[in-house]
Parts: sequence; structure tokens; C-alpha cells
Amino acid sequence: MSAFTYLDHAATTPMRREAVDAMLPYLSEQFANPSGSHRFAREARKAVDDAREVVAGVIGCDPGDVVFTSGGTEGDNTAVLGTVARRGGVAVCPAAEHHAVLAPVEQLHGVEVPVGPTGAVDAATLADVLRSTPDVSVVSVMAVNNEVGSITDLAAVAAVVRECAPAAVLHTDAVQAPCWLDLRSITPLVDMLSLSAHKFGGPKGVGVLVVKPSVRYAPMLIGGGQERERRSGTHNVAGIVALAEALRLTDAERSTEVPRLAGLRDQLVDALCASLPGVHETVPRSHKVAGSAHLCIEDIENEALLFLLDEAGVCASAASACAAGAMEPSHVLAAMGVDRRLGLGALRLTLGRTTTEADVQRGVDAVVASVRRLRKATA
Amino acid sequence: MKVLMALSGGVDSSVAAAELLRDGHEVVGITMRLWGGASDTGCCSIADVDDARRVAQQLGIDHLVFNFTDDFDRHVVEPYVQAHRDGITPNPCIECNRHLKFHRLSERADLLGFDAVATGHHARIVEHDGVWRIARGEDVAKDQSYVVHMLPQRELARTMFPIGHLTKAEVRERAAALGLRTAAKPDSQDVCFITSTGGRTEFLGTRIPFRRATVVDAIDGAVLGEAESLEMITLGQRRGIGLPGGGPKRYVVDIDHATATVKVGDDSMLDVTEMSVINMVWSHDAVEGAVLVQCSAHGATYAATVSLAANGSVQVQWQQPQRRIAPGQSVVFYDPTDTFVLGGGIAG
Repeated sequence: MSAFTYLDHAATTPMRREAVDAMLPYLSEQFANPSGSHRFAREARKAVDDAREVVAGVIGCDPGDVVFTSGGTEGDNTAVLGTVARRGGVAVCPAAEHHAVLAPVEQLHGVEVPVGPTGAVDAATLADVLRSTPDVSVVSVMAVNNEVGSITDLAAVAAVVRECAPAAVLHTDAVQAPCWLDLRSITPLVDMLSLSAHKFGGPKGVGVLVVKPSVRYAPMLIGGGQERERRSGTHNVAGIVALAEALRLTDAERSTEVPRLAGLRDQLVDALCASLPGVHETVPRSHKVAGSAHLCIEDIENEALLFLLDEAGVCASAASACAAGAMEPSHVLAAMGVDRRLGLGALRLTLGRTTTEADVQRGVDAVVASVRRLRKATA
Repeated sequence: MKVLMALSGGVDSSVAAAELLRDGHEVVGITMRLWGGASDTGCCSIADVDDARRVAQQLGIDHLVFNFTDDFDRHVVEPYVQAHRDGITPNPCIECNRHLKFHRLSERADLLGFDAVATGHHARIVEHDGVWRIARGEDVAKDQSYVVHMLPQRELARTMFPIGHLTKAEVRERAAALGLRTAAKPDSQDVCFITSTGGRTEFLGTRIPFRRATVVDAIDGAVLGEAESLEMITLGQRRGIGLPGGGPKRYVVDIDHATATVKVGDDSMLDVTEMSVINMVWSHDAVEGAVLVQCSAHGATYAATVSLAANGSVQVQWQQPQRRIAPGQSVVFYDPTDTFVLGGGIAG
């Protein structure tokens, strides 16, 4: 990996060494099923429950509210589909949500709320929709947008939901939040919250769904009754242990990492805007998380740009990829009202724990050289 | 050379990539995402992209997916719909080759610093005295020179057909020998955006209004019946035109789109001695005189004499009377030895 400049931390983060070390014993000698009744099982159970306490501490909830899942999609799906399956009613979400929320809401013929120019939903718009939609049972609003990095004012969203749809469950997809925001400031505002370990230095395939005690939903997975019958299936012990360790360290380092990475991000974006004409910052930095740079570059097709960046050893991204792996025009940019042509030149560069100043310099050099080359060829 | 290899997920392009590697080229595999809608015809599906990716992994080359769905809509699907509205029978696969595989992709390849684009077509590109020609593929039964006929000199110079010298059986043997998962995969059939369950009727029915057509006798004009959708009727068609069974076989011999009238008659009424070909693309210089003419993907060739009209179209004089070709179909000219493509256009 040393030959690569990894600027795609919003897609996934490199696993932390400490998290790898934490999980290894549970992939080898400590292999017991935590639901068993022998001492060996009890040790595994203790590891899961220790992890649960660590996670609850960082999230700011009761350990009993922590449900371990397979990741962000499961949490998002469960919150939307599970709530409506149990209570009926209408699911509501902003139009710029991750597909893990949008797809279930669409499947349930729910309501999509327009978003503002930053990609975040505006509380007044949400209030209008909630007032005009009878029987709203679940509202799902992301904490941080995965594509453009905008932060939602969840306090305002929560106030609106409690006032206009007091019976509704408020879920937040906080998958992109842990590296940048103190979850303790978010958790008290919502009824459910989803996380995914691989976005903060943990392994893929494990996540958390926070479920407040008042919330009732129909579990997606039923069977053995694990996680207080909220999520059946044998625990991913190694993954859960690693998730907790990664989350603990992320939380401990946040106050130093956020200013460091905000500085590097500013350096990156300022250099690109200064070196290349026709580069637009999609969302003002004051509305975004520290590690996110999202640009729309005029007269560029990002498929071509990503190819050249890849050749230059720079890992970047554009929008989300479709099932076939092709770049798709971004639904987030469309919802924000970004011109479709300009959106074809969307480039997402996301920084994280391992990002250095040298990475930023290599990223700038590669983007500038690639954009100039493409523009020259098509001029 | 640095070659951008179009991997469709089929066996031909899989082996083509392997041939390029064997010849020492630097190869990057690319699959074009063209049609974003429903498909069940075994072309451009997500499963095909998976197959292409796996083949690339097996061969040890990079693989990317390019999303050309907007271009495909604009250059292939919309014109296909418009053509039916106008009473023309288009060939969307040829338009896809023209606009996507050999224009959009070539352009992208250029931009990214590739020297050539390669596809898995059964055809050959040969150079003689500085002139590039498309020659028929080694496997006559699988020859695809017809569907790639539109390549002009500048495209031919930077296009490669690495399996043109192989028969289909040899291609499959090589794929099997390499352990490629596409070795026994059936050839793709039909148009990728027309589902086998819904067919053309369902596809077009949601996009254009169908007009009812009056079916009349071509000789005396007597009204024989009514067909449900004028836009679905093609010259030479016999079934599905709203006529009762029995009696002599009657074919569609003319369609008057303006009045929504379909004329039917004996198949001999379809015979013509000449035709006009428009939107001509010559491989090199324009040609006049004796040629062989092919009017469908795997159809026979027939002898004719061609002459150039003032407006750039080509007048074809058949040696023997031939069935009239539906307007919109591609017409490709070959040299009298039936070896290489001279050029081609669209039946007017």
C-alpha cells in the first residue's frame, strides 16, 4: 500500500493495527459461541459484553441499547423496514440519504424530503412534509452525508420530528460520523442510530444499531434470539471486539485528528482551486466534516479522471457505483440541484487517520496533472 | 502497445484479451455499461460484467466499467424508437458499434493514453500499402464484418480484432484451456434492451403511440383488414398483420406511413432491381462498379453494380432481382472476391 495515496476514507478506512490485534484471539483459540453454556462460551460472552460497554460509552447510550449488526446497511434497513413492519405507517427520509435508507423507503412507498444546496435537509422543509403526511412511523435522517460530507443539524431535525410527528421513530444513519463528530451529542436526539465498523478503522461486516428502550420494531433476522431478540444470529465475536477497540481509539483521538485533518483538507482543496480553473467546492467547508473534500470540476468526465488518478497511484472516488461497478450520476448531487453536466466532473477525496501531508501533496499533483491532461486532450 | 480491450463478459472478448496478452501487449479490460433498464437477452447484464471482471482477474489484467448509458440512450435507444415512429426498421446493434464501441470508447481510449481499442468481433483488420481494410473473420459462419463495417481509416488504424483469425470452436477451446469461466457461455442474442418476455411491442408500446393500420391489397386497393400497430410492421412481414389464415401467402410489400396503409401481395412484388443506400461510410475511397452486397448480419451476399449519386448516396443495381430491403437496414458492400469490406450504409 505504500505506493498508493489513499484518499478514499469515506469508502472504507484502513483497519487499525490495534483492532486487528484485538480480534485475532477470537479468530483462533477463543473461538467459542458466546451463547453457549460452558466456561469457554462465557469467556466469549464476556468479550462481547465488554465490547458492548465500550461502545455504549462512546455512543452515549445504555449498553442494553446496543445491538450488534453486520454493518450500516443492516442497521439502516432494520430501522426503516423493521419499524414499518411492526407499526405500519409511512417512512420518511431526505432525498440525499444513502441507498441503504432510500431503497427501503422507496420499497415501502414512503416519502422523500427535498434537501437544500448543502445536501442536508432543512428543518422547515421537513416540518412541512411531516405536517402534510399522516401516520408517519419512521423518519430516517443521516448525520453526515457520505458523498459530499455535509453535516445535518440533527437537533433541529429532532425538534421538528418530536413536534410534527411525535409518534414517529427517529433514526439516524451515523455511519460517516464517528471520526468527526462526538456521538454523545447525537445519540440523545434520536431513537435509533446506525454505525459501521469499517468506517472508523474496524473490520468490514460488523456494525451497531442503537435502539432506545421505547422503540419496538420487527427484527430482520429471527431465530436464536440473540441481542435480546432484536437481532438473531451467532455473534461475530472477533468483529465486535475489533469494532469496540476501533471506536474507542477513534473517540479518544478525535479532538486532535479533526483539526489536523481539517488543515490537510483545506490545504488540498485550496491548492486544487488555486492550480486549476473551473473547480467548485460542492459544499462550503463550514457545513462539512473535516476529512471531506468534494469538488465538481468543469469539463471533466470523472470516469476518465479516476482512471488517470488510479494510474498515478491515487485512490479517489466520484459518486456511488451501481451494481455493475459503473459510476452513476449521483442522486445526492441531483437532490442538491447541482447541474448534471457539472456533476459528471464530481470528485470525492476523503482523508482519514493515516493521511499525511505528503499524501495531500501527491493528491494535488496527480489531480492537477490529470485534469490538465484531460482538458488539453478535449480542448 | 497499450490496448483498451472491450470485455463484454462473453467468450470471444475473453479470448481476445488473452490473445493480446500473448502477443505482448499491455492490456486493460473495460466493460461498457450501456443499457440501464431491464434486460434478459444475455447482453450487458450485471452478470456479464461479473463474468468480464472475473476473466480479467484470471488473466491478471485491470478491469474497469465505463458508464455510457447516457450516450447509449441518445445514440441507440432514442433513434431506435424514433425510427419505428417514422416507419423505419433500424439495426440498433450496428448503431451501438458505430457510436459507442468505435467512437465513444475510442475517444475515451485516446484520452487515457491508449494506442488501440480491441473487441472480440469475428473479423480481421488488414493493412495493404497503407490502406486499412476489414476482412471477413476466419470463421465464415460467425463472421461479423457486417456489424463493424462502418469503421473508417482513422478508426481501423487504432482498432484490433484479436480473434478474427480463429474459428468459434478454436475460441472456445482456448478459453477452456485457459480455464476461463466464459468458455461454454452461449453467444448473446438479440437486442439488449428488448426483453425476451415483453419483446419489441412492450418496449415500444410504452414509448410511442401505436397507430392502427389499414391493410389493403397491393394491386386493387381492396381493404382486407386492420392491423393493430403500424409501427410494428416491417416490409416482407407475413404474420401479425391482422389477416385471416388460409388462402395465398400474402406479404407486406409496401407501407405508406403517412396514411397508415399497409399493402400486401405476392412475395414476387417485393422483388426489386435497384435500391438506394444512404449515410454511406467508405472504408477507404468510394467505389463504383461490381461489388457483393450483404443486407443482414449473417445473410448471403448478392452481386450488384454500384454507382455514386450526386447527393453522396449510392445506387445499387442488382444483377438478379432481389427482395426489397426494409428502409433502415444496414447494407454492406464487399469486394467481388467476398474478402473485405468496401463500405456500407443504410437502405433508403
